Amino acid sequence: MQDFIRLFFNLEVMAQTLPLLMQGLWMTAKLCAAVIGLGLVGGLFLALGALSHRRWLRWPAFALIDFLRALPPLVLLIFIYSGLPFAGLAISPFAAVAVAFFLNNSAYYAEIYRAGIQSVPTGQTEAARACGLTTGQTLAHVVLPQAVRNVLPDLLSNTVEVVKLTSLASVVSLAELLYSANMARSLTYNASPLVLAALVYLVLLWPLVRLVSRYQRRLAA
Amino acid sequence: MSRPMLEIVALEKSFGDLKVLRDINLRVATGEMVFVIGPSGSGKSTMLRCCNRLEEPTSGAILIDGKDIVGCSSSALNRMRLEVGMVFQGFHLYPHMNVVANVMLAQIKALKRPKDEARERALAMLDRVGLRHRAETMPTQLSGGQQQRVAIARALALDPKVMLFDEPTSALDPELVGSVLAVMKDLKDSGMTMLVVSHEMGFAREAADRVVFMDGGLVVEEGPPEQIFANPKAERTQAFLSRVRA
Repeated sequence: MQDFIRLFFNLEVMAQTLPLLMQGLWMTAKLCAAVIGLGLVGGLFLALGALSHRRWLRWPAFALIDFLRALPPLVLLIFIYSGLPFAGLAISPFAAVAVAFFLNNSAYYAEIYRAGIQSVPTGQTEAARACGLTTGQTLAHVVLPQAVRNVLPDLLSNTVEVVKLTSLASVVSLAELLYSANMARSLTYNASPLVLAALVYLVLLWPLVRLVSRYQRRLAA
Repeated sequence: MSRPMLEIVALEKSFGDLKVLRDINLRVATGEMVFVIGPSGSGKSTMLRCCNRLEEPTSGAILIDGKDIVGCSSSALNRMRLEVGMVFQGFHLYPHMNVVANVMLAQIKALKRPKDEARERALAMLDRVGLRHRAETMPTQLSGGQQQRVAIARALALDPKVMLFDEPTSALDPELVGSVLAVMKDLKDSGMTMLVVSHEMGFAREAADRVVFMDGGLVVEEGPPEQIFANPKAERTQAFLSRVRA
């Protein structure tokens, strides 16, 4: 039992490796900001493409969404980081992770936006257009605010997935939270840094997960 | 007759092979209130929705104060839609903003009015429909009749030349119909040009200048309400009116 505590819940080791883990957390935060920000914008454009009346826009958008949802994010990441250099395209680990997960998540955000936009009654669009608003104004001021509100739990839920997804960045040696914890584990020959990293993820994401279920219950009521 | 405010010329509309409107011709003079009646599926609503191109006409022309709305570009269409107010059966207020914001939105975005001026105008229009005291309320907290009056205020705030009403009272509980009709009567008395699709025969008889009977995508008969209701000439008009009265 003592060994268990010494190897998994060693406060001394945790305190010692905390600065390293905090650096990792900062990297995770930057990654999340990049992937979530880009994903929310990219997803919106993909969704608008998929809902367009123009076939030359709709088809490529659908194809891209399907392709990106079917492709495992880790495969995409390793291809971009280790495959593209064969074509003379070498990019930093951070850029590789950001691009790979941006692509992957745009597709998921796109599907959520699409469901949201389709949940807004057509009468809303008609009323706005009848008042002389342009397509863009109608979207920005009438349709999207309602669409986002209707799918807020799903957007949040996908965002939680993004945060968890960034731990995959450790395979391309990007020093985010998990990679830093694993490095600390090998330096100290002790599993406590990994336990600490898990606790950090939990503390960060648990409130978000709670929030999602609260929203879902409220929407269901 | 001087130039009509709204003129529909040889309007046709098909959905695929289905001809919904065949050669509609109709003129509405400035300040006139014209009622369109007819059985469901007769094309009344489609005709109305062609007047601001929510429905794209297959052929024909629709002149608003002399300008054709059918052939114009999309930016010109957005400008012309400001001159044609529309009120829907289902109100379609924006549920995520309060009443006064509903009335302000298109003023600010489409008409480019400064915010203060838009708000002032919105409150004046809400006052006109008797709902100024509900300006800060969310639409879902209003009764159907109140929502429809806000929708009328929203259209009026853009200073339209013509108002289109698409079955404005059909979704209302009977006791709420009166308040909406009163607003429409007031609007007519102030000189607004109005084209109304509705089943409110009593109101048509009392307030309309002219009644148009449509069936099968055609205008079958038109005339002053006394004539249409008391002495309809066409057989189809007689049959429809006797069904409605029965």
